[in-house]
Amino acid sequence: MKRSNAPIFWALFGAGGMLAALIAPMLVFITGVAAPLGFVLPTDTLSYERMLAFTHNIIAKLALLVVVSLFMFHGGLRMYHSLHHLGFHTATGSKVVIFGGAVLATLVALWALLRIGF
Amino acid sequence: MSSVKTYVRPMAGWWRKNPFFVRYMIREASAPLFYLYALWLLAGIVALALGPVAYATWWAIATNPLMILLNLVVLVFAVYHTWTWFSVLPKTTPDIDVEPGTLVTGGVIAAIVVCAALFAFAWGVTR
Repeated sequence: MKRSNAPIFWALFGAGGMLAALIAPMLVFITGVAAPLGFVLPTDTLSYERMLAFTHNIIAKLALLVVVSLFMFHGGLRMYHSLHHLGFHTATGSKVVIFGGAVLATLVALWALLRIGF
Repeated sequence: MSSVKTYVRPMAGWWRKNPFFVRYMIREASAPLFYLYALWLLAGIVALALGPVAYATWWAIATNPLMILLNLVVLVFAVYHTWTWFSVLPKTTPDIDVEPGTLVTGGVIAAIVVCAALFAFAWGVTR
């Protein structure tokens, strides 16, 4: 019997779900609301210079890579199943698009973070 | 050429008939939001790698009221995700020898601690 690849996707889903549950509210608040509005945090919180210095750190690089990748694999698996729940039984096609996107995003993030340098 | 006409129960709108499934589907709306938020974050990282001009463009989009509104929606769903994720933890980790109530409370406290630490970090580096 051919071994199922489901455990890989479920593991990535679980890790992403736990990570999102722990950090997403504050991460979204800081990057999407507080810093852009200058609310609670200054508007230069995510300034080019500060972010450049931040992403030169190897731990920051890893953290960003993991967040981008796991958020997409987590959201991806649920999107894939939601399509089925809504009556779109697209199976392989949507799987390729959704998870292909997640893999591609991970690679692009890796490229960008390496390009920024150490 | 015979075609069997078996009755197939229609499934369209199945989730709208039961409040439990409505809540489930609302919860599932956070999935594409996480997916898209990650892409938006990725755009910022790529812009950072490309240089100050590209990053300024990304920042202009980030400070657009519409983008802030979108991120507010993501924020609401993220909080809902945190709450529901830890609420079902006793069911998703049945082999852990911890009281269900303790598991849920512990999870929510862990999320609050991690979020507070993240905020303290952002607050600290901007002082």
